[in-house]
Amino acid sequence: MRVFFAALLCAILSAVTFGQVPFERIVNADNEPGNWLTYSRDLLGHRYSPLNEITAENVANLKVKWAFQFPNDRSEVSPLVVDAVMYVTGPHWAAALDAHTGRRLWTWNRPIPQDYHNIGFGQVNRGPAVLDDKLYVTTLDCYLVALDLKSGAELWSTKVGDYKLGYSMTVAPLAIAGKIVVGVSGGEAGIRGFVDAYDAKTGKQAWRFWTIPGPGEPGHETWAGESWKTGGGPTWVTGVYDPELKLVYWGVGNPGPDWNGDARKGDDLYSCSFVALDAETGKLRWHFQFTPHDTHDWDAAHTPVLFDAKMDGRDRKLIASANRNAFYYLLDRETGEFLAGRPYAKQTWANGLDAKGRPIMAPDSEPTEKGALIWPNLNGATVWFSPSYSPQTELFYVAVREIGSVYFKRDSEYKPGTFYGGGGEDELPPDDAWGEIRALEAKTGDTKWNFKLHSPPWAGVLSTAGGLVFSGSDEGNFYALDARTGKPLWDFQTGGAIGANPISFTVDGQQRVAISADRVLYVFGF
Amino acid sequence: MQRKKLTVLALGGVLGSGLLTAAWPGQTPVAKKSARADTVAGKRLFERHCALCHGIDGKGGRGPALNRAKLPHAPDDTALKSVIADGIPPNMPGGWYLSDGDVANLAAFVRSLSKIASDSVPGDAARGAAVYAKSGCSACHIRDGAGVGYGPDLTGIADRRSAEFLLKAIRKPASVLPEDFLFVKVTTASGDTMDGIRANEDTFTIQIKDSGGRYHSLRKEELKELRKLRGESPMPAFEGILSAADIQDLVAYLTSQRGKQ
Repeated sequence: MRVFFAALLCAILSAVTFGQVPFERIVNADNEPGNWLTYSRDLLGHRYSPLNEITAENVANLKVKWAFQFPNDRSEVSPLVVDAVMYVTGPHWAAALDAHTGRRLWTWNRPIPQDYHNIGFGQVNRGPAVLDDKLYVTTLDCYLVALDLKSGAELWSTKVGDYKLGYSMTVAPLAIAGKIVVGVSGGEAGIRGFVDAYDAKTGKQAWRFWTIPGPGEPGHETWAGESWKTGGGPTWVTGVYDPELKLVYWGVGNPGPDWNGDARKGDDLYSCSFVALDAETGKLRWHFQFTPHDTHDWDAAHTPVLFDAKMDGRDRKLIASANRNAFYYLLDRETGEFLAGRPYAKQTWANGLDAKGRPIMAPDSEPTEKGALIWPNLNGATVWFSPSYSPQTELFYVAVREIGSVYFKRDSEYKPGTFYGGGGEDELPPDDAWGEIRALEAKTGDTKWNFKLHSPPWAGVLSTAGGLVFSGSDEGNFYALDARTGKPLWDFQTGGAIGANPISFTVDGQQRVAISADRVLYVFGF
Repeated sequence: MQRKKLTVLALGGVLGSGLLTAAWPGQTPVAKKSARADTVAGKRLFERHCALCHGIDGKGGRGPALNRAKLPHAPDDTALKSVIADGIPPNMPGGWYLSDGDVANLAAFVRSLSKIASDSVPGDAARGAAVYAKSGCSACHIRDGAGVGYGPDLTGIADRRSAEFLLKAIRKPASVLPEDFLFVKVTTASGDTMDGIRANEDTFTIQIKDSGGRYHSLRKEELKELRKLRGESPMPAFEGILSAADIQDLVAYLTSQRGKQ
């Protein structure tokens, strides 16, 4: 108990702002590298830690400092750490942990309604957001909930969507100035997707951006007939924010039904796109569609990566993504202009991209009644778990899934709140599939190095100023690679499949690395 | 789509041959108990509602394979229907919106995925037992508690494999290898070589079972060479060793316990 109180006391004494995370702290996250204040640590989506105590030379000495068992299996959480307190979530559940010991300080939970059904995904939660004195959590039955950061007491909860129609939330919210931005799941249930912003203090809706334009709106013509009403376009992965341009960037998921596009002829905007939204109004500034008229379930459900670089002699504000469709893209984030794109993993569906970044479709690349073998599989060459960008190496690290599958097309019928898919796939057998951590030159997409994994991964990537890249495997390995060469330097068998994003933080000035593996959160240090 | 697959840590061909029995070409699905249930209608429903996780043919994907004789959550048809209707919280959604008839049809289709053709087996089971004993099968297989557990356990094999499959497996094992079966040869840093069946593998290590049934856990970085002999089996092809009649009798023996497990 003495340690417990000492930890609390330490947290209180070490930061006068305990329990207070004004937006400026998040914007200036680099000023306090020992904390992890937002989903990707910074608003730019880098999942990069400026901490450098753990290096290539000493990483082999990493040990488990503590572990925490979740009440749910398969944790996909990306924790936050504020002044030596760690905040974790699960489905309908959140807790504050003493980051020194892993002991629980408070817990919040609420019941999952008996008639809730998850359609097309597992019951998970990918993390909280923090702003000022509140922690923000999303729920499967589609509420955004604000908790008191100090006590876990529920302050307000706002209904975001109707779970009876298939709307759900697993997303970690994004805190921007005065607002909490969230997206929804439900791409296999025929929802009409949206990105929402809520007043951080009151929970009142600030704006909504429908990812499928309604009648009279630009882009509506890209949907046949009434198909837009059930067209999907979920927004289930946390986006990023440029505080200078005051734009929110968010990925939009697949059109519905997933594998049968017959009833939704057209490009199906803004499915499988990045959208840039005015943070004040939610108005669309620009969009870029990676996969027009998708029939493979290739959501653009990725955390975008923002960085600046000189291209063709000109300073550019860039947005990058390794898309589920196996192409790496670079866009101008002020305008959405396509600048470059190329495959980063095996793909058989497109013969490249045209000058505007639109794919040139290969023949026989659509699902069929009999089945068509296509790379990548429906989970994509990478999926929701985060990539990482290191400003130190200027490399974009992505966990790659090298797997194809036989895609089938079937009839589909919309029935509210039920599965609306129109087909499916048969994955190739395990020994015909593998994974890689791939380091891409961020400015070109050229591969700098590869590290091969036994199977296609489900874990995100963390890079650090210590010159390391951390990630996890589906067989439970958590490991560190040399950020410049990909050489494996350390690995630890966690005993559970890893399907989460790693983070790094400090306690008492000492660097820690954390990862969830199935139902256990491990924290490593010296 | 965002659901993560439920990982099956492949226990190689050893256990896998029994647990992950795949449907093989030529197998005829037969629906017996649910005579009134319609497997064709069940297949359509399966493709619409279940294929996302279980694969279009039920061979598994992000959800487990269903083409196996024993489903852990559904020991009987009543349980199977409950699983289909109610799901398995927290990850498997229930088909609460399906009618009883739809659920029955789906259950019939799922059961049909693992039905072993009730083919009549020629041959003399008693003679087959003698062939089994004299041919050294128990040096690599356990049956009814006796033998060495190198190759697949043959106790109750007839409930997992058809006579046609067993015939092929004895004649030419490499022609019908289980989906996740892998024969490997390794050379250690000190130059020692060893072969065996892969029991498990991750990015950094591999676990191998040698012909004596002993397990070896090796770090890959410490190996000079790791050869994955895909499509190969340590079991000899008995078509050149035993007569056709002996092999047929052996199959009769192996299938004589059908339905007793």
